[in-house]
Parts: sequence; structure tokens; C-alpha cells
Amino acid sequence: MDIWDPQKESMKRDEIEQLQLERLQATLNRVYKNVRHYKTSFSDIDFMPEDLQSLTDFNKLPFTTRQDLRDDYPYGMFAVTLREVVRLHAPSLGFEKPVVLGFTKNDLNCWVELMARCLSGVGVTKDDVVQISMPTWKILNTFGIQRGAELIGASVLPVSIKNLPNQVKIMRDFRTTILVTTPGFAMGLINAISSSGIDMITLSLKQGIIGSEAWSENTRNLIEKNLHITATDIYSLTEIFGPGVAWECHEKNGLHISEDHFLPEIIDPVTLEPLPPGAEGELVITTLTKEAFPLVRFRTGDLTSLNYTPCGCGRTHARISRISKRTDDVFVMNATCVIPDQINMIITKLNNGKEPVFQLQAERKKDRDTLTVIIEVTDTMFFDEIKKQLLIVDDIQLAISEFLGWNVHVKFVEQGSIDRKKQVLDNRSL
Amino acid sequence: MRVKQLSVFIENKEGRIAEVTSIIAEVNVNIRAISLADTSDFGVLRMIVSNADQARDALKKEGFTVGETDVVAVKVEDKPGGLNKILHLIESSGLNVEYMYSMARIIDNSAVMIFRFDKTDQAIDVLTKSGLPVINKNRVTDD
Ligand SMILES: [Zn+2]
Repeated sequence: MDIWDPQKESMKRDEIEQLQLERLQATLNRVYKNVRHYKTSFSDIDFMPEDLQSLTDFNKLPFTTRQDLRDDYPYGMFAVTLREVVRLHAPSLGFEKPVVLGFTKNDLNCWVELMARCLSGVGVTKDDVVQISMPTWKILNTFGIQRGAELIGASVLPVSIKNLPNQVKIMRDFRTTILVTTPGFAMGLINAISSSGIDMITLSLKQGIIGSEAWSENTRNLIEKNLHITATDIYSLTEIFGPGVAWECHEKNGLHISEDHFLPEIIDPVTLEPLPPGAEGELVITTLTKEAFPLVRFRTGDLTSLNYTPCGCGRTHARISRISKRTDDVFVMNATCVIPDQINMIITKLNNGKEPVFQLQAERKKDRDTLTVIIEVTDTMFFDEIKKQLLIVDDIQLAISEFLGWNVHVKFVEQGSIDRKKQVLDNRSL
Repeated sequence: MRVKQLSVFIENKEGRIAEVTSIIAEVNVNIRAISLADTSDFGVLRMIVSNADQARDALKKEGFTVGETDVVAVKVEDKPGGLNKILHLIESSGLNVEYMYSMARIIDNSAVMIFRFDKTDQAIDVLTKSGLPVINKNRVTDD
């Protein structure tokens, strides 16, 4: 696999740090001057941009949260005038968390350059046909991927249609070699292919770039086996530009984050203290080159760890581990941290490796907190005998209760009755 | 000798059983026997129908979780001790009845019971060897 920009992507560690420090100083100066939010938050701790002498001084700076971005909707966080902005994105307009991103001409160039690194990193060449199959509301965020593929010289085919059989036909007729999609969509495509009767041999697919939602190694195996492809992970962060903020190379051992453009950190999500390399915690990102919408110490809500050892692919940029859980969904109950992903693992184990659809409902009854784990019944968890049905309920209940150290209630419900957007329903009025 | 039974997972909320039966009626399948086993949270609806495949597909299409199990239909003499004779025979052969329910229709002027045994083949063997009338699948499901 070629390295798109070997000079940047394989820099020595001390060179990376020197470049980061210079770019960080410039970024801090710019946001202090142009963004009221940063001017206030820096002044609150008596910090002036010129106080930053080394990367360690940086630890003092306040974090930026999604709430801050919402408070300054729409243009409050912009560090340039609208005249300099050439592109606006409102990826979640109309939802509960409105965010508007702006890009200057230079921002767009950087984005495209970074996407070319990502795509060539997984093997895209000018001979490839790249099909971008994304749900309609996500297709906008793939602008950079489209332009990055064009920069490499590949043909790009963005399709945002919901009809999966049609997606498969397009894939066959256009001889798509690279598929950019979400794990959910990839699984849907597998079903569509098997029910369409199309022979996998007639497809030219060789590589899948999959992201936008967390997905497990199990899912990766399934996708690779059924679509006959290599599937690599891509990390998406709407507040920066969408998918491609970090990506797996063919080593499949962590996702590279371009350190000449981003400064990643890991913090303890509870104490907010920085954590050392290798430790798992919340990913915090500072943008180093963004002009229109710079972010300083932005809390992503994603749990991961950082690895600074040079990669087998020849790149030196740090890698984040695959993200399987978000801090957003973690909640504290009966003095225990409840992580939905861990509950998922327990149920999956008892369900012969099949991941369940489930929801955690926390309630407060008579000053006591109770947790109900609601699981959608599937063929693998359904029995005609009540005795056996109650047994699996008991097994799951016991396993989760033992894990958490206090009793939970498990309840099975019919398929399709859980709101998939809400993994956790915390009804406690705290 | 085996008869295919459909089981459907349903939550304990109003109208769910009617929902199931109307989906089956819509595809012109007849219900020959039906029984509900329930707990405080959920229930399992068990049915013998005239066309199991068709009913299953229709239910799955509507999002129901459907299981298939082999059960045995046995004619029970309408006199004291009729059922007892069968249960006693099964028990003394070291087999178990997981559950049973009766069929709505009468065959050859006798009542018919549906049995779910832990070991279906062995149970059929024991019953037929003792001359107990196990009913053929077609006579249970067909018109
Ligand atoms: Zn690598």
C-alpha cells in the first residue's frame, strides 16, 4: 500500500511534536482573537495564547463540549468571517443537537488531502470504482471522501438510495471495487445480495471502508466473509467533518489520526485528568489547521486509547483503538458505572454469539434505583416451552446481576418494540 | 405421526392474540388448535394450523418471532381415565409431557389432545406399540 504523503505521514516523533506546537500556538492565537467562547474560557483561567511554551502547558486549557457548540449556534464558534467561508454543513440540523460547520477554501483542501491519505492507505488507486452507500442524512459528510477519491483518480459513485437490491445492482453493473458504508448498511447489503440471487462472483468488490457507527470484530468477520472483502474501520466525528478523522490501515491494528492536523488526547471521563498512552479513556481532539471551525480540546464522548508506536505500515502517526462504546451512554447507578457495551457482551455470550437489540431502563422507586434490561426476543432466544424461556431470562438476569454486583430485572419484548436510537432510558429524576 | 406446531412470542398487552389470529385469517389459513401459556411479562401462543409454512411466513413478515416444534396428536377416549391412561403410559416409559392442550375439532367422534413430549419419537413409539390412537398429521390439519 502506498503512503500518500510519506513526508508527513512518516515524520519522526520529535518533528511531529514540534509541528504540533507551532500549529497549536497559531490556532490558540486565532481562536482567542476571533471566538468569544475561547476568549472567555481562556481569560477565566488567566491564560494568554503566548503562555503556551510546550505541549504539556496545554493540559491546563478548558475543554470544549457539545453543549458549548450548541450554545453558540449557529456562527458563534466560527473563527473567520462568513465571507471567508466557502462551505457550510449542518449535519444534524433539525435534530436535538444542531451544529453548523464552516469550511474555508483552505479547510476544504486539507480535508480532501486527508481523505486521499485515508483512501490510499486502504489501497484505493486510480483504477478503482468507489461506491459510497450511505443513508441520506449522512451522505453530505462524505463530500471529503468523494473529493479525496477524485484526487487519487478513482471513479466515485455516491448513492444515497434506501433500496438495497438497487444498491446491489449498481454495485454489479458499475463494477464497484471499493464500498464506503456503515456497518448497518453493509449487513443489509449482505441480506439483499443473498435474497437477490446475485452471485458474489459477478461482483468486483474487494474492499470495504466501514464506519459512522461502532461495530464489533464479530461484525467485521461477518462482513468480510459474506462480501468477500477486506473491511477496515473509519472513525467519524461530525463536529470535525464526518467520516475519516481516523482510519485503519491494512495492519488493522488501530486507526491512524493525522497528527499534523489533529492533536489527540485521552482523559479520564470522570476526573478529566489526562491518561497515559495505552490507557482507555475519552478521546479529546484539538484541530491544528482548521480555520473556520477550530476546536480546542473537544470532548468527543468516544472511549478509546492511544498508541504512539510506529505502525507496521510505515506511518508514525498515532493510532486510536477501535471505538466500541461512547461515554454518552455510560451512567452511574448504585455506585457502579454501567456501560451498555459490557451488558451487550454478556447477553451476546449467552445468545450463542448473536448480538441482541436491547435497552437499559433506569428508574427510581422509593429511593431505590432499579435497572431493567429490555431485550427483543429473537429466534435464538425463543422457546415454545415457558420453562426454557424463563430459564434464559434467569440466566441473563443472573449473569448481569453478578457482573454489576446488584440485581437487575430482565424482560423480553417482541421484535421491533425497542427504540433503536435510545440504548439507555434514564427515568430517574436526579 | 408428527404434527408441526407454531409458537409465537407475544407481550402481555391487549389485542396481541387477536393480532396473530387475524394475520393468519388474512392468508386463509385455519387454526385447528390454540393455547396460550403466559407469565407476568410475556406469553407463548401455540397453534396447530392448516398451513404452517404460510402462517409462519405471514407472521414473520409482520415482525413476530415464530418457533416451530413437532408435537403429537392423540385421540382420547371420552370416558373416565381416558387421559390418565396416556399420561401413565408415558410416565412409566421414562418420558415427560412438557405441555398439552386440546383440539377444537372432534375426530371420529373423539376428543383430540396435542402433546409436547420431551422425546417425540420415543413417545410416538410407546403410544403406537400400546395401541393408542396417534393421529396422522393430515387428519389434524386438513379439512
Ligand atoms: Zn498503519
